Amino acid sequence: MDVKAVRQLFPILDQEVNGHPLVYLDSSATSQKPLTVINALEDYYKLDNSNVHRGVHTLGTRATDKYEGARDKVRKFINASSVQEVIFTRGTTTAINTVAYSYRSKLSEGDEIVITPMEHHSNIIPWQQTAKATGATLKYIPLQEDGTISLDEVKATISDKTKIVAMMHVSNVLGTVNPVKEVAKIAHQHGAVMLVDGAQSVPHMKVDVQDLDCDFYAFSGHKMCGPTGIGVLYGKKQLLENMEPVEFGGEMIDFVNLYDSTWKELPWKFEGGTPIIAGAIGLGAAIDFLTEIGLDEIEAHEHKIVTYALQELRTIDGISIYGPEQRAGLITFNLDDVHPHDTATVLDADGIAVRAGHHCAQPLMKWLDVTATARASFYLYNTEDDVDRLVAGLNKAKEYFGDVF
Amino acid sequence: MSFNNLDTLYRQVIMDHYKNPRNKGTLEDESLTIDMNNPTCGDRIQLHLQIENGKVEDAKFEGEGCSISMSSASMMTQAIKGKSTEQALKMSKFFSNMMLGQEEETDDLDLGDIEALQGVAKFPARIKCATLAWKAMEKGMDNKEE
Repeated sequence: MDVKAVRQLFPILDQEVNGHPLVYLDSSATSQKPLTVINALEDYYKLDNSNVHRGVHTLGTRATDKYEGARDKVRKFINASSVQEVIFTRGTTTAINTVAYSYRSKLSEGDEIVITPMEHHSNIIPWQQTAKATGATLKYIPLQEDGTISLDEVKATISDKTKIVAMMHVSNVLGTVNPVKEVAKIAHQHGAVMLVDGAQSVPHMKVDVQDLDCDFYAFSGHKMCGPTGIGVLYGKKQLLENMEPVEFGGEMIDFVNLYDSTWKELPWKFEGGTPIIAGAIGLGAAIDFLTEIGLDEIEAHEHKIVTYALQELRTIDGISIYGPEQRAGLITFNLDDVHPHDTATVLDADGIAVRAGHHCAQPLMKWLDVTATARASFYLYNTEDDVDRLVAGLNKAKEYFGDVF
Repeated sequence: MSFNNLDTLYRQVIMDHYKNPRNKGTLEDESLTIDMNNPTCGDRIQLHLQIENGKVEDAKFEGEGCSISMSSASMMTQAIKGKSTEQALKMSKFFSNMMLGQEEETDDLDLGDIEALQGVAKFPARIKCATLAWKAMEKGMDNKEE
């Protein structure tokens, strides 16, 4: 992969921030967008904008074809067996909430929902709420000291009472890649369904939902070069067919009578209201972009960058790095005596964008025994130079705050 | 490398308050306790106020956060101690306006060190850090009045 050529495709990267060339190290929060995605959105609004699934007119047909065409791109991208298994949502959060809410009618007291303490808030709170509403018990698989999950602990936590297991594929804080395929197998042995939060995996590695044999898989468009406001819920057809929709209204109905209605077939029964047409089309363009470069190439590039970054960051005195040795393309860290917000401000003054805070993972922050951390996350457009700038910036932060201490 | 830009934010006096916070700790019972956090970044403060006859007799704080939020809490407790609640709220208003980059006449206010935080206005992402302690104080006064 020619990273220089890749960078040319992202207009936003070509700018100065606070007098320095931008170094964008916050792709785990949201990725930047290539020109092809920006153009796809613009073209749709300039040429094809129309509502879908109802227009007899030509624009309506064009918009519908593009929208449903994007669904098929998603299907291929994650190797779902049918477009009926691909539901467009507002993002990962909405996708998880859809399942958590719909499963309320299937859960009762005595049932168990199993998650982990490393989850993003969006894979914790929906289950807390569903547990409260149904009387089900929320259980956590304890983490290993290095921030990984052991299958022995998984086996010890999941029981025949477990109805749902929900787990992130890749941790947005630790970079841990969880053994979701093996966990799904264990869940299935107990008759439970497995939901995977793929927000941090789908953008960065090949994901095959049939190979993983997970029952639900959720991810967001904006972290994979697509627009904000679009995401995907993949679900196995026979499960989705037996679930009630959670949003009711236009677009998702078959027949509407005064006191009763019936739903459209999959996937539309879960897409109430005018869907996120432009978002889906933009996501389709992002998938084309990522496919053309190749997920294997992207993963290899990120691995190279994160390995270099780990090596270089470890040369800094007083740095704490969180997470396991084997990790996805992100590094969460703290500098002794410098609060991560201050670190991020010093870096920003040099045009380097990192995330600071609790990363929507307060239980994990408690587990790490920190209130906040800084995070540098990498994507296909990051370079070794970016890492060097980060390291120089961190040394500057140390020097700056070291002076006053 | 020049630190000029950063020096607008991190003035010496701020760093001094961060390193040596004034009024850190708790107060005995009879005091008001206000917990406040910044949910977007995890900073948190517990403010203790002892208010008698409309006067802030004592103020202490505990918390965890960045240099701006903790130094601001330190400066605030220093500034409002011994002042009337009315003056304390006036200072808070002044402080909010200062964060918006607005200057006001302050002849009747003894601001102590808090003007050192003026530079925060140029760093919009950090304004919430600076106002956390003041928000906690305002909340405490509100509850007191009710």
